[in-house]
Amino acid sequence: MAGGARVTAARVGVVVFPGTNCEHDAVSALTSLGGQAELVWHTAERLEGFDAVVLPGGFAHGDYLRPGAIARFAPVMGAVSRFAAAGGPVVGICNGFQVLTEAGLLPGALQKNAALRFLCAPAALRVTSSRSVLTAGVPVGTELMVPINHFSGSYVCDAATLEELRAEDRIVLRYVENPNGSVDDIAAVANAAGNVVGLMPHPERAVSELLGSADGAVLLRALLASAAGERAA
Amino acid sequence: MRFVARVEVRLRPGIADPEGATIERALPALGFDDVHGVRAGRAFRFEVEAADAAAAEARVEELAHRLLANPVIEDSEWRVVPG
Repeated sequence: MAGGARVTAARVGVVVFPGTNCEHDAVSALTSLGGQAELVWHTAERLEGFDAVVLPGGFAHGDYLRPGAIARFAPVMGAVSRFAAAGGPVVGICNGFQVLTEAGLLPGALQKNAALRFLCAPAALRVTSSRSVLTAGVPVGTELMVPINHFSGSYVCDAATLEELRAEDRIVLRYVENPNGSVDDIAAVANAAGNVVGLMPHPERAVSELLGSADGAVLLRALLASAAGERAA
Repeated sequence: MRFVARVEVRLRPGIADPEGATIERALPALGFDDVHGVRAGRAFRFEVEAADAAAAEARVEELAHRLLANPVIEDSEWRVVPG
């Protein structure tokens, strides 16, 4: 922009439910990439002033009943729905993905892993759509190494939904080798507008070679860029 | 009036049930070669205050659909009896 306009960092709200445990990793990763990130408690009813919202991983409300089943009734989820409906970027990571599906902001559901085993390992991912706030500007076909850490990460949806996701280019990431039984190797999906994305892998745990991979930064940078675009809009 | 509700939640037919399948695979070792089609699920029991059985049933149905089962992958069945 001309005239020496100040570029301010995108402000990201990181939602914390009782039992969330990846919020500080998310804040640290987003901050290290030039964003500004703040924790938002689940009782918050407003998200004004944020350019993006992240629902981080963990075990919201102990994952009782089903992962995300109780969290979706938290006051903050009404605000997240309104933020998403207004086009704001919303990303759910792992447990956050489960919360978004339970809340109906993303289609499908996350089932127990096919082998009934908790998986904690680096996973090779392939970007399969650039039409989302998490992959905007990232070429389709890009391979990323990002860790997974979940027991209920097997994505399921009915045949009609899968057809719709494919036709509308809403499958954002696929596993190169399917670790958990997800239908069509799905690791991440987006809503129709592309501004709400859920993914099982943890990009916030892969933002430095010291952690084994910096590939997660590719996704989080795209999110920060989308958020900055949201601010400019 | 008080009613007692029992709600059973199961994965819908066609949805993979690794828990049920694992249980079924263990059965022959215990001599249960005659048991098939195992589906794992969960059950809830609770009490409802309602004017009559129909009203209690309606509340239980709503609760089952809104919270206890995820309609994307699960079905639910319930029974309501005077408590």
